[in-house]
Amino acid sequence: MAGTSGDGPSGAGPNGGGRNGGKAIGLRVVGKPWKKVDASAKVMGETKFADDIFLPRMLHCKILRSSAPHARIVKIDTSKAEAYRGVKAVLLGKDLPIPYGILPVSQDEHPLAIEKVRMVGDPVAAVAAVDEDAATEALDLIEVEYEPLKTISSIEEALETSEPRIHDYGEYGNVHRRTAYEFGDVKAGFAEADFVREDITFYEGSTHLPLEQHASVGQFSPDGKLTLWSSTQDPHYLHRSLAKVLGLPATHIRVIATPCGGGFGGKCDPFQHEIIVSKLAMVTGRPVKICLTREEVFYCHRGRHPVLMATKTGFKRDGSITAMHHRTFLDGGSYGGHGAASTFYTGVLQPTTYTMGTYKFDAVRVFTNKAPCGPKRGHGTPQPRFAQEVQMDKIAEQLGLDPAELRKRHLVPPHSLTCNWLKIGTTSLGKCIDKVVEGARWKERFRKLPHGKGIGLACSAYMTGAGTAIYWNNMPHSGVQLKLDRSGGVCVFCGSSDIGQGSDSILAYIVAEVLGIEPFDIRVVTADTDLTPVDLGSYSSRVTLMTGNAAIQAAERARDLLAQAAAEKLEVPANRLVFADRRVVDMENPEKGMSFVDAVWLAEAKFGTLGTTGSYTPPKAPGKFKGSGVGPSPTYSYCAAVAEVDVNPETGWVKVERIWMAHGGGQAINPVLVMGQVEGSIYMGLGEAMMEEMTYRGNRNVVHKFPSFLEYKSPTTLEMCDVVTYLIEDDERETNAPFGGKEAGQGPLLPVPPAIANAVYDAVGVRIDEVPISPDKVLKAIRAKAKGQEGRYGPTHFPSCPMPEPIRVATPWEGGTGEGVKREPALAKA
Amino acid sequence: MLRLPKFRYLQPKSVEEAARMISDHGPDAMFVAGGTDLYPNMKRRQQTPKVVIGLAHLDKLRRVKGKPKEGMILGAGLTLTEVAEDRRVLRAYPVVAQAAELISTPLLRNMGTIGGNLLLDTRCNYYDQNYEWRKAIHFCMKKDGEICWVAPSSPRCWAVQSSDCAPVMVAIGAKVKLVSRDGAHVMERLIPAAELYNDDGIRHLNKRPEELLTEIHLPPTDGWRATYWKLRRRGSFDFPVLGVAACLRLAGDGTVEHAKIILGGVGSHPMEASGSEQALVGKKLTEETIQQAAAAAYPTAKPLDNTDFAMSWRKDMARYYVAGALRELAGLPSQASSSGGNGAGLRIVPG
Repeated sequence: MAGTSGDGPSGAGPNGGGRNGGKAIGLRVVGKPWKKVDASAKVMGETKFADDIFLPRMLHCKILRSSAPHARIVKIDTSKAEAYRGVKAVLLGKDLPIPYGILPVSQDEHPLAIEKVRMVGDPVAAVAAVDEDAATEALDLIEVEYEPLKTISSIEEALETSEPRIHDYGEYGNVHRRTAYEFGDVKAGFAEADFVREDITFYEGSTHLPLEQHASVGQFSPDGKLTLWSSTQDPHYLHRSLAKVLGLPATHIRVIATPCGGGFGGKCDPFQHEIIVSKLAMVTGRPVKICLTREEVFYCHRGRHPVLMATKTGFKRDGSITAMHHRTFLDGGSYGGHGAASTFYTGVLQPTTYTMGTYKFDAVRVFTNKAPCGPKRGHGTPQPRFAQEVQMDKIAEQLGLDPAELRKRHLVPPHSLTCNWLKIGTTSLGKCIDKVVEGARWKERFRKLPHGKGIGLACSAYMTGAGTAIYWNNMPHSGVQLKLDRSGGVCVFCGSSDIGQGSDSILAYIVAEVLGIEPFDIRVVTADTDLTPVDLGSYSSRVTLMTGNAAIQAAERARDLLAQAAAEKLEVPANRLVFADRRVVDMENPEKGMSFVDAVWLAEAKFGTLGTTGSYTPPKAPGKFKGSGVGPSPTYSYCAAVAEVDVNPETGWVKVERIWMAHGGGQAINPVLVMGQVEGSIYMGLGEAMMEEMTYRGNRNVVHKFPSFLEYKSPTTLEMCDVVTYLIEDDERETNAPFGGKEAGQGPLLPVPPAIANAVYDAVGVRIDEVPISPDKVLKAIRAKAKGQEGRYGPTHFPSCPMPEPIRVATPWEGGTGEGVKREPALAKA
Repeated sequence: MLRLPKFRYLQPKSVEEAARMISDHGPDAMFVAGGTDLYPNMKRRQQTPKVVIGLAHLDKLRRVKGKPKEGMILGAGLTLTEVAEDRRVLRAYPVVAQAAELISTPLLRNMGTIGGNLLLDTRCNYYDQNYEWRKAIHFCMKKDGEICWVAPSSPRCWAVQSSDCAPVMVAIGAKVKLVSRDGAHVMERLIPAAELYNDDGIRHLNKRPEELLTEIHLPPTDGWRATYWKLRRRGSFDFPVLGVAACLRLAGDGTVEHAKIILGGVGSHPMEASGSEQALVGKKLTEETIQQAAAAAYPTAKPLDNTDFAMSWRKDMARYYVAGALRELAGLPSQASSSGGNGAGLRIVPG
């Protein structure tokens, strides 16, 4: 068992400073490096993932996927497959005609294609057979005739091609979404500026690459009840989609999220295979399992959108930002998915780091015949953060200011509203910058290192949970139930799904803290829609904050019951009792007390069977305009990073030597888990910055270039840089967060790519305005510079697209109310 | 996961029996040693043998024989780990151990053999894909299709020679022994490694399918020195997208008497950079000579857009890597290091 001392094993780097500061005193469990509740099973290979499930008479499912990127299905003949040995059922699109999608505004998916396919890899037919071999062989016997349609493989092509449309909904042609907002008078803001600059940047798409391929098992009982085990991040949303598509009452469906071998946002959407195995189980009356191949995981995707950005910023000589007009184009791929939300996220969080007088953003998402994009760690925000933080570096240089100083001068203050009506709670960005500046010896080294060596700085902010649910409702976002009984046992039930980040453990730590017992005294039951109260899922860095607050409420209610019963027996007022070390004692007379078990015994006798609940609903956001639901969060985490690089001027090869990351996440509930999230974010950010590319061959039937672990290049441990992590606490406790603990899983990814790009500039004097920063791009820029041309590699052209009139909102300092201004309707829909 | 198609597995007790088995089964049969190349290819249906003849257990193929002075002999069934860690190899033929150690990952080196690596199928981003993916482009001429998608107007296949050991064996002048059976007779031939390879992505081996590679004959160690530089994205896993094997013999006064510069990963066979060799022979290994030899390697490299990295950059790197390898052999300070440590890979390391 983990020790309970404040100093646990340090994650990496010479300095784990900042952990466990003074405010942790008095906490016995929170803030300590406890072992995860599922750690032993994981390291001993005992964890049962979805693909480890074997049920009697279980069938195996394989999916035939489209070999055409965009085509009408003329004919499908499944007769030979149906007659093949061992085949028990074959499904087609017509068997599941009801559309679904994670967002109410994008119900554009079917488990199996109906009439047309939209990408190579779209599911067309599914087979259930007695074993995987029979199912695989049967797929070969299904004959599909396609009538090809013109393909769309880029943002430009999508904007230019009105027909054929990939979907028959959206703005017009192949434009899926257009979003336009203006906060304050941006024109006046630019007029007020001393300088205005516009930079065009591009952020390539990338995928999550979870080690565990998606897997699911469906079982349909004789009494008409469906159970689905699945490696999903969001069992609740999956539950809703299953009910819709299968036409079953939700009460007859049970979703169990199995231990997840990596999610990163890639297992948030309801997936075709999850619905297919459920339907096959209903049709055959036997359990049906599927485990996707690695290629299929690439086709499920829902990863980082490729985003082309133009960021025009007006600023004064002191670096203060008077106006920003930020425009984005997102290559969405073949389906909506989370895309409407992703579109917002490419703009909505820009004003959360530095004070911005006025802000306008235009975002456009297009459909292309590629795997659908969606939420990947940082959902829609690493791209604009890259654009903004690289531009900040250029602004600092233009003004002759130190980039760290420039940023520090204009930090968004705590407890303030941004120009776009986001309520900022506590912030520690200034402390974060100070910490990495000190750690990296920034002042002695920035612009002073020899040619080829460089350091760069970048910052970020990220939400701790989305303030609104994915579908409109006024119920809690998270619920926790506690069961206590005379054994002294405490069981926590919560709908949250642990995807490796440690959310099950967080529930145990928090309940243990409140009840004065040990985390390992507690049993945690999660992510089972029959057994556990609703939690919305593992996305938007919401879980610790929301389940944590719900768990605190449930545990405090249980503690009150125990205290009442114990107080009676001890003959002291209940409010004098403290719960610690598995005992309930009178704080004024500590010899007077009883064991925790005895207190539960008394409470069960007094009140009957013991159970409490807790729930959490985020505070109402101050913005009231249309679309103001995306962006608000109970609180924001802040990060600052310095990257140190070594660039070979002859080859363009960039080696990232080290990253210093200060993460302002408030009180760490478990500092080792927080450091793990920070380091994991750095690793994933490093991959996006240096090599990852989810790219296609547009002129070759839009096939994915390399849907394989070997050729889709992602860093190995050998490419991982050294990391120095600082966990920075807030000066005051964030009251919206449990024990003041904010998110850690996504925010620290954001500053990594721009910090590296800025470091490359410091090293060799060239700007790489897009990721990945591959050696060919660096070398091209170096050679261009040597010839007297601009030392830059990146996009130079920004396409145009007719935009609707923006939703206009007055800023708080203009005396706005948070309401939008009524305007003419948007451009007529084509 | 992808399923391995069904096949019969035969386990011969000797090389002779292996040769007989393959002649009995004809084109339906293939040899397998470590299986690290064949089995994934079978899952993707690039190769579809009905009969697979296993060689991994044949001890005769796993021996190191002979003395460096006369030239040592490596059994083709030695695993890459065995080759990389063998003390005799490390002492007398460090370049061979170096190339073997740079292949893939420790786990795959524990399974893959030196013979298998020399016979590695050529690779291409249009070919190393599963059946469904290849179907989406209507296949390519290397398997089931008609077009080379890398160069659609070309009559030939441009799949890439991707073995790390091949350029090294060609550069040092190793020979390979091929054994087959014709009726009752066992036939053997010993050919220079260079003659094992063809400049063709499909027929990349001058070896009949029924011929079994049994031995690699390394040349006598009589004063030559060699090195191998590998370009790849990451320090593990990756196949070479450029390999430079350089072998030199210097006279007492430092004049280059003999030079072989072989490029891997930038064509369908190990490519000899003759221009570089000519620039070296008869000269001393000065920085100037090295730069001339490196510049001459540039036209030899003919990378296309079918591997990792931008092809023009890969071509640029041929010059840089040849210079680096030669500097290393000359004992000159290196602007890039070959950092051949375990798993660190031959990446460009600045400074």
